[in-house]
Amino acid sequence: MQFKSQAVAKPYFIAAIGLFVGQILFGLIMGYQYVVGDFLFPYIPFNVARMVHTNLLIVWILFGFMGAAYYLIPEEAETELYSPKLAMIMFWIFLVAGVLTIVGYLAVPYATLAHMTGNDILATMGREFLEQPLPTKVGIVIVALAFLFNISMTVLKGRKTSISLVLLMGLWGLAIFFLFSFYNPSNLVLDKYFWWWTVHLWVEGVWELILGAMLAFVLIKITGVDREVIEKWLYIIIAMTLITGIIGTGHHYFWIGTPEYWQWFGSVFSALEPIPFFMMTVFAFNMVNRRRREHPNKAATLWALGTGVMSFLGAGVWGFMHTLAPVNFYTHGTQITAAHGHMAFYGAYVMVNLTMISYAMPLLRGRSANSGPSQVMEMWAFWLMTVSIVFITLFLTAAGILQIWLQRMGSNPMSFMEAQDQVMLFYWLREITGFVFLIGLVLYIWSFFYKNSEAQAAA
Amino acid sequence: MSETFTKAMARNIFYGGAVFFFLLFLGLTFDTVQGLPKRDHRENITDAVVRGKHIWETRDCVGCHTILGEGAYFAPELGNVYKRRGGDFIKAWIKGQPTGAPGRRQMPQFNLTDQQLDDVVEFLKWTSEINTNNWPPNIQG
Repeated sequence: MQFKSQAVAKPYFIAAIGLFVGQILFGLIMGYQYVVGDFLFPYIPFNVARMVHTNLLIVWILFGFMGAAYYLIPEEAETELYSPKLAMIMFWIFLVAGVLTIVGYLAVPYATLAHMTGNDILATMGREFLEQPLPTKVGIVIVALAFLFNISMTVLKGRKTSISLVLLMGLWGLAIFFLFSFYNPSNLVLDKYFWWWTVHLWVEGVWELILGAMLAFVLIKITGVDREVIEKWLYIIIAMTLITGIIGTGHHYFWIGTPEYWQWFGSVFSALEPIPFFMMTVFAFNMVNRRRREHPNKAATLWALGTGVMSFLGAGVWGFMHTLAPVNFYTHGTQITAAHGHMAFYGAYVMVNLTMISYAMPLLRGRSANSGPSQVMEMWAFWLMTVSIVFITLFLTAAGILQIWLQRMGSNPMSFMEAQDQVMLFYWLREITGFVFLIGLVLYIWSFFYKNSEAQAAA
Repeated sequence: MSETFTKAMARNIFYGGAVFFFLLFLGLTFDTVQGLPKRDHRENITDAVVRGKHIWETRDCVGCHTILGEGAYFAPELGNVYKRRGGDFIKAWIKGQPTGAPGRRQMPQFNLTDQQLDDVVEFLKWTSEINTNNWPPNIQG
């Protein structure tokens, strides 16, 4: 750690991991509800568990992004953070708002929560991933603006590198496109059209800038490769991201009431979306192969390589699989989407955060890397979680293909629930694999405390 | 990457590409929004449809169901449920929840009034008439 103020990243990372655990626990509840439908009903209905699962994911990834920015920006700008105090205030506001929101989902019926929190004044709730009550949404905007002010001022007074510029653009984009979550017209088609401006332009747009910048930063640090080379790669990757991904939004505009020409725009451009992810994989391996130093943090290197591979598989390959309109006609709104969602989110945004945490956390705790045994445990966690997600994705893909076959093909298609009963085996396998993921996550957390006292003394 | 391809060139491709394709996206969006009234039949969005959408949202229906293929995959597609089941069935179904069948997926009881049930049906009826390019593939959704 080169600057004292980078220390504010630490609570952000800890909160991120804590919420990650909550996300996985609720994922396991939902996975079990897929096979034993009335599990925990009526205390935690499926929709509530799902809101908690997805909202915790979003919030912890945002915690991770903010922590990453607080760590990365001072080092890139070669100056202390503009205001560490503001960063800490925002940390507590965001954490309390996040926890209160989750408690609200669990404690009160959703309609009551909506009524209590002003949804009748400005209705924004009840749309997938944007379920947060109005005060939470406003809170997110306030925290985001204070955060952006803080890091932008830091960059302005310091060195302006390409990595910090790209990160800033990504984070500003994140805040700007979130504003569409406040627009909820009564016309469902318009509602859906602009809902994607938040959802798609986040995960297949500006978030990839953040991902690229974080990965580039860690690769510079662990490989020692020349900054010019890495930043050139970064620019060309994010160029391809936006060239393909913006019009690629069209792959959501096939069947929601929007004109037919989106089938062409959406298919062609989103078919190109794997390119930047493939480049990310090549980039990560290339830089590690050309490394000019042997960084003691092997675990962080593994996470960085893993991010490249898994984001390509999850977002790139599994996205491409169902992105062409004639294919999507059958796959739209099935378990295929769920399969893609799980591996894409894990491979891209979970893994890049864990890469950053793996690299930065030892430094924040006063050592260049964790002890050997601790790193071995972290690598076990890497493999358990990653292989679990691959299998969860494969099982959901199998479930999806069967679901389509039974429910959408042939002259005598089954009803939704009849088809669900037929694919139960794959839901069981998915749930069991989910427990393996949880074991990986427990090992991951354990690795922070495992045999690290000697490493601490040596540093 | 070759030495003749510099960082400045990569940066320019990024800025140029981002601006060009975002402007193209804005243009397509403008065209889409212009043409939508013919496809979404907004003249049929009555007060009941508006209220129905509000109930749809405040009961978080999308947390289990899909609508035009978007949402959760735990319960049936409802974009075409009006055509599949009809209004009376929908109302009876919502009123009859939860089934309480052991081990089966359960839908909560929302205690909707008759007026609210009618509103939900109106919303689903309007939704089923949107021109979705013939999606879903069949009536099962």
